[in-house]
Amino acid sequence: MSPRTRRAIEEGLLPTLAALLVALVAGDLLILSYGQAPGAVWRLMLDGTWGNAYGIGQVLYKATTLAFTGLAVAVGLRAGLFNIGAESQLAAGGFAAALMGLALPPLLGPWTAIPLCIAAAAAGGGLVGLVPGLLRARFGAHEVIATIMLNFVVLAFVNWAMASGGLAVPETLHTRAIPHAAIPRLASAFPAFHGSAANFTIVLALVAAAAVAWILFRTRFGYELRAVGLQPEAAENGGIRVPRTWLLAMVASGAIAGMGGVNFVLGYKGYFEDGFTGGAGFLGIAVALVGRNHPLGVVLAALFFATLSQGGLAIHALVPKQMVEVLEGVVILAVAMSVPEVRRLLQRRPRAATPAAPAAPSPVPATADG
Amino acid sequence: MGDAMLGVIFLQTLRIAVPYLFAASGGVLAERAGVVSLALEGFMLGGAFGATLGAYYGGSAWAGLAAGVAAGLLLGAIHALACVRFGANQIVAGVALNLMVVGLTRFFLRLAFGSSSNSPRVAGFGGEGTAGALATFANPLLWLGLAVMPVLAFVVLRTRFGLRVRAVGEKPEAAESLGVPVGRVRWLAVIASGGLAALGGCWLALDQHQFTDQMTAGRGFIALAAVIFGRWEPVRAGVACLLFAFAEALQIQVQGTNAIPSQFVSMIPYVLTLVALAGLVGKSVPPAALGRER
Repeated sequence: MSPRTRRAIEEGLLPTLAALLVALVAGDLLILSYGQAPGAVWRLMLDGTWGNAYGIGQVLYKATTLAFTGLAVAVGLRAGLFNIGAESQLAAGGFAAALMGLALPPLLGPWTAIPLCIAAAAAGGGLVGLVPGLLRARFGAHEVIATIMLNFVVLAFVNWAMASGGLAVPETLHTRAIPHAAIPRLASAFPAFHGSAANFTIVLALVAAAAVAWILFRTRFGYELRAVGLQPEAAENGGIRVPRTWLLAMVASGAIAGMGGVNFVLGYKGYFEDGFTGGAGFLGIAVALVGRNHPLGVVLAALFFATLSQGGLAIHALVPKQMVEVLEGVVILAVAMSVPEVRRLLQRRPRAATPAAPAAPSPVPATADG
Repeated sequence: MGDAMLGVIFLQTLRIAVPYLFAASGGVLAERAGVVSLALEGFMLGGAFGATLGAYYGGSAWAGLAAGVAAGLLLGAIHALACVRFGANQIVAGVALNLMVVGLTRFFLRLAFGSSSNSPRVAGFGGEGTAGALATFANPLLWLGLAVMPVLAFVVLRTRFGLRVRAVGEKPEAAESLGVPVGRVRWLAVIASGGLAALGGCWLALDQHQFTDQMTAGRGFIALAAVIFGRWEPVRAGVACLLFAFAEALQIQVQGTNAIPSQFVSMIPYVLTLVALAGLVGKSVPPAALGRER
């Protein structure tokens, strides 16, 4: 293993391990404060997630949405843009998929209806990504603020369209069902998953992860995107059209997050429900951070955070499930703190064996330059 | 529109604006020192919960106020530890802190009061039964809230500490070379921003005499919008808070008439901020070193 590879692996894994340790201690303290035995609670969490087929199915279902939002945030960060808007892009994607599904005649077969709904979801999310992309490319407006503000605008708009636009079934927060565009559950092929929400959207998520990896590391656009993320001035001098790359990256990021809406709308419930996102967009930031903005890392991190979230339900008999929300925050904070710390420690380590080893480029580009 | 109605709207505006004013003052202070303030929402929520615990166990609104501010200072210190000591990405740290505080308040709501939605009734400002205007004007937090932006303007623009805050927010290297302890100034600014924003949470909890799950409901982000819309100037940000609060108060009054859907009124602060960001009504330019990790 070359020193550079080793260094990259150390930089990637050490912060995560440190964060897990901190989260474990924080979790122990919370469990003890509730008068329970940590060992028993952690065992219950494992049993309720990876201990049976239903638990695994639920984890896979939750990981699917998180993989989309994590990929979305990662694509943005690779271009040096911090997309805090995955929450509303996810909602817009699910909403657009439902609108498309409701508009399509039911006699259209699922092989036509499902792709059209997925395309609508990508378009819906991409449209929400377009606004901060344009503001950044045209006016230099900071995308963090723009995406936060847009979250509220989009969620309020969807809420209005559901309530006043007559889309919601009376007395509910959801639309009519869209059975003709339903994505089958995993249980239809693997009966062990019976009862869980896991569905074939997970295949779309894996394809999306592979596609993002291929685009980022094997295409010209991906190269330009990463170049802009690492050094916009240098990229500009190298002939890359930086504003255009920002715009495309934000649209792509929004489209990926938007596609995640399909998991709930077509795969699980079969209708759009106001508020279905439930923070999965914000958790995408955590997924991208822990996954170090690499598609493979993002998929693994999505599984980790899905396990935590499902694990919360499993332990609820002993300790309030809100414990996992605290742990999610602790993990993110600890990773954010240990990433620069680990980098500093590794730099300080004497490197007699590799005198001229160049510093590995940071997988998390410095983003908020003000 | 009659005089009585105007009076009601005026009073509503003040009541809605107070938490914004506190949180936005914290936002201005931290961001002028160069640290991104996405955690205002968490500071407020933590302050509201601390105030509720203090008022419940201490039996008075003042005990609540003290506990709420202490919670905010503590959360501010955690944010400073992450952003200043460890050089964590400030946006990530803010998002994490918000998430963590929501979880912590829910967890300890269950632990302390056995409820997943709200605390029991606690002491607060404004005596029992004195409805409306009198109770509001008897609330010391109202006057503190109205004074906070002018005071902050004086501190930031006219004092030695304020000069240092602006220096570390604009040109930390230059400040460093002149002997300004950049890290220490940022620590102070971020901790103080936690306490200030927490006062906004105290107002909510002590005004409603209880804590309810996620009772800040995005107010920290409206305050952040006011900071940006006010171009990081304390008085301008204060005016933005009042403007946003006025729009909300107006909306509450016209609710019955269905003139404008409430969702569109709730968009006003965010849309205005987007427009300001685009530079269509005078460009919003942040402090030069805002968000820079080192």
